[in-house]
Formats: sequence, C-alpha cells, structure tokens
Amino acid sequence: MSQPSYGEVIGNGLWKQNTGLVQLLGMCPLLAISTSVVNAVSLGLATALVMAASNGAISLIRNLVPKEIRIAVFILIIAALVTAIQLALNAFVHPLYLVLGIFIPLITTNCIVLARTEAFASKNRFTISVVDGFMMGLGLTLVLAVLGGLRELVGKGTLLSGIDLVFGATSKTWVLHVLPDYKGFLLAVLPPGAFFGLGLLIAGKNWYEQRAARTKPAIPISLAPHA
Amino acid sequence: MAFVSNTPGVGSIMLKVLFALMPAIAVYQLYFGPAILVSLMLASLTAMLAETLMLRLRRVPVMPFLMDGSALVTAWLLALSMPPLAPWWLIVMATLFAIVIAKHLYGGLGNNLFNPAMVGYAVMLISFPAQMTQWPVVDTLAHIHLSFFDTLRFIFGGTLPGSLKLDALTMATPLDTLRTQLLLGRPVADIATMPIFGYVGGQGSELIALAYLAGGAYLLQQRSITWHIPAAFLGALALLAFGLHAFDAARYAAPWFHLATGGAMLGAFFIATDPVTGATTPKGKIIFGAGVGTLVYVIRTWGGYPDGVAFAVLILNMCVPLIDAYTQPRVFGHGKEKP
Repeated sequence: MSQPSYGEVIGNGLWKQNTGLVQLLGMCPLLAISTSVVNAVSLGLATALVMAASNGAISLIRNLVPKEIRIAVFILIIAALVTAIQLALNAFVHPLYLVLGIFIPLITTNCIVLARTEAFASKNRFTISVVDGFMMGLGLTLVLAVLGGLRELVGKGTLLSGIDLVFGATSKTWVLHVLPDYKGFLLAVLPPGAFFGLGLLIAGKNWYEQRAARTKPAIPISLAPHA
Repeated sequence: MAFVSNTPGVGSIMLKVLFALMPAIAVYQLYFGPAILVSLMLASLTAMLAETLMLRLRRVPVMPFLMDGSALVTAWLLALSMPPLAPWWLIVMATLFAIVIAKHLYGGLGNNLFNPAMVGYAVMLISFPAQMTQWPVVDTLAHIHLSFFDTLRFIFGGTLPGSLKLDALTMATPLDTLRTQLLLGRPVADIATMPIFGYVGGQGSELIALAYLAGGAYLLQQRSITWHIPAAFLGALALLAFGLHAFDAARYAAPWFHLATGGAMLGAFFIATDPVTGATTPKGKIIFGAGVGTLVYVIRTWGGYPDGVAFAVLILNMCVPLIDAYTQPRVFGHGKEKP
C-alpha cells in the first residue's frame, strides 16, 4: 500500500474529507458545544490533540496488536489519552474545564477519533499518522469555530465571549460586542440553531465546490466520445 | 386577477383560503384594533419579497409560483397567529424564517416537510418569548384606544404617546389567564367570571373563533378542504376536554372553552389542513387531525406553553410520512396487504 503524501493528508483533513462538513463524524460535541467561539475552539483543539496523540500511539503499535482485538486496544489508548487531556485542562484552565464539562471525557467516544486510528493510523507510519490526526482535528476545529462564531453572533450578538475562561480576567476586554443593543436570537444558541447552522455550512461548501467544478475548464473533454 | 381559472389549481385554492380568512380579520380588527392590519401588510410584503428572492435563487420561474398565493397564505396565517402589537421585526423575521428556511430550503411548495407558518411562529415563540406575549387588550375592556398612527409609531419605533405604559395596552390571553389562575388554585368556574372571558371563550376572541368556523365552513362547501382533519382535530380536543371536565370540573376547563379559545379554530380549518404538510389519505387525515387535537389539549393542560397548536402541528407533520404509508387505501380487487 502506497503511503499518502503530507500534502494530501493536510488537504484531506482541512477540506476534502473535513470531519465536520464531509464525513459528518463526531456530530455530538460539534452540535452541543458550538454555542460560542471560545467553547468551540477549546473543545476542537482538545480533540485535535487527542487525535494526534492517539494516531501516533496506535501507529507505533500497529504491527503488535492482534487484528481481532484491535478496536478494544485502540479505545483503551484513546481513553487514557483523553484522561490525560482532561486532567491537564482541569489543572491549567479550570473555568473552561467546568464549562466544557462532560464533553471532554466524551472525546473518547467521539467516532472520528476511532475512525482515524482504524482507517489511517493502523496502516501508516508514525509521523504521517500524527499529521493526519492533527489535521483532521484541526479541520473539525475550524468548522467548530465558524459554527460557534455564527451561533454566538446571531444568538447573542457577541464574539469571543467567555475568553476570560482561557486567558484570565484581563482578557475580558477582548470580547467583541458586534451588535450593541441586540436582543439575541435565542434559537441560534439552542440545539436547533446548531442543526440549521451546520446545514447551512454544508450547503455552502457544496455550493462552492459545484461552482468551482463548473468554472474549471474540463480537461478530459476531448476524450469524451462525441455523438 | 388573471390567475383565477376554472380548473382548481393551487392559485384558486389559496385565493379561497385568503377569502375565507377575511371575516375573521374583520372581527379581529373590530375587537383588537388596527394593529392586525399593519402586521398583515408587513407579513404579506415580506413574504412576497422573500418568495421572489428564493425563487430566483432556485432558478425557477418566479411569476407562476409567486402568483399561486401560497406565500400570502403563509403570511396571513402568521400574522393572525402572532401578537399584532409586537415590534415590526418580529413578524418580519417570522415570515422570513417561514418562507426562506421552512419552505424553500426544504424544497419549495410541495416538498416542505413542516408547515412554514407554524415553523416561523414556533421559532419566534422560543427565541422571543417576551415579545410574543404582547397581546392587545380587547376593545370592550380597554381604557385607552390607540389611534392608527400611534399604533404604527409603536410597531415601527417602539414609542407610545405620552406616559403610556405598554402594560396598559396588553393583556394575558384567556388561555394564559386560565393557566396562571389554575396554578394559584382557583377553580375554573371562579376564573371564568373574570372580565376577559366572554360567553364561552375569551371576550372578542370567541367571535374571531366563530368567524374562523364560518370561513372553514365556506372552505368545506367549496371543497377546498375535506371534513376529516378539522372534525378529527376538534373532535379529539372536545372529547378529551369533555372527559376531564366531567371528571373534575374545577380543574379542567369545559370543552366549548377549549374550542373557542386560542388557535383551535384557526388551526383546525386553516393550518392543519395544509395539503402539503398534512396527511393525504382519508384515514390518515383522521389520524393526523386527532393527533393534533390530542396534543393541543395535552400541551394546553400539562405542557409548558399556554397554547400548543403550533407545536402539535409540527410534531404531527413529522409523522405524516409514516401515517400515509400505513393508511394507503386498498386498491379495488386486491387483498389486504401489509405496507
């Protein structure tokens, strides 16, 4: 089996096979936590870290694990790494840890983590597996950030609210009140807003790609049989 | 109006629906002031603009679809279900949500899963609960009569003349009053003596309900709708109300109260009967209507909102594919078959 190139892996993770917009894996945290940019990016980065670490770890042991029990072994490794991330968040950004709550341990059950270890790390070398895990996580983080930004802006009229949970009380002034005196469109922050927002993002990506495909000069047209 | 023809198309059905709503609008205007006319205008304008824009975006012919009147029906139903004294952007946003998202993003007329007007209403009710309860005081009880221009100024600018407070112009709906007073432990018979109640329902609003009933009768007579959904809706609502009223008259309002208040009549004849989002088989229509009626009663009596027509219709909209699949009429000559 030929090894994919780094460019391919990065392109897949960020755009072509984006977890949030194309693979539609790991929807539960994506929809639940994307109520603000800060929440979304924090959980996204935590997931990306877990994915990079678990892909790396599993790639290293890929030839030692018997095929029949590999899933159980993978999950155990992922769970251990998630616990490490959870403890780290608890220690260094405790307020954020309280906000994200159950969704940090739930990264273990996020199917995208297991999907990448099974589909990629168990078949590829160490470095490229780490890159794949991190890029897939980063792709998810980007979607989460856009969705979180959309929902926060429409729902509350602010951006970066809650930033003080990450950088301390001094950063409270960073919060952007984009729409002053805004009543707040509550639905955007509620669960339906997540579904509408994600649906619009997916539609936007598909629309962009269809348009790009239309405007691109079709090279193999000379090969097509003419009637 | 060039689109009225002898063959009953979407256009002529929708035109009849609009016509059937007129008596109710007249009574509404008489009892609750001119604000309803403003919100009807606002909703209609927004709906036509949004419809044109979405039809263009979808690259389908604009005029035939715009002229079928379905957007206008959605707009009018929304205006009639929402509080007319609310700020202008509330009805505009509700209409935009109904037409752009609930109707066109789901594939346009004929493909939309959920009743657009009710989606718009539910979204606003969840997002702006305070503005969605600004119901005007019925004319017979009002101390202040807002002139048409003061109404306009309030809806568009949010300012009231002089030292007038918004509280003086709004009141709780009969269903809302019943709910809060029941929570305080007062018996139904006692609550019904309060001035906002009329003969069977709320003062003024019971006459609007009567006008909806008349409009519904006209639609039935014109065969724009069939009897199944309204009868099953109102029947289920009345039956449940009758049973519980007979069981404990102090805690459960009478069936005629439930039929005459809130969105029961509007819902039964104009909303649940939407040919796109409702069930289509005769048996299915009865199940659909009865489901909506039951849920309306359940939400009103034990739910978190004073009225439940919008939520009941939306929930039953979700069940329509299933209902239709299980109620396919048997083709003549074929044996009984499981779907």
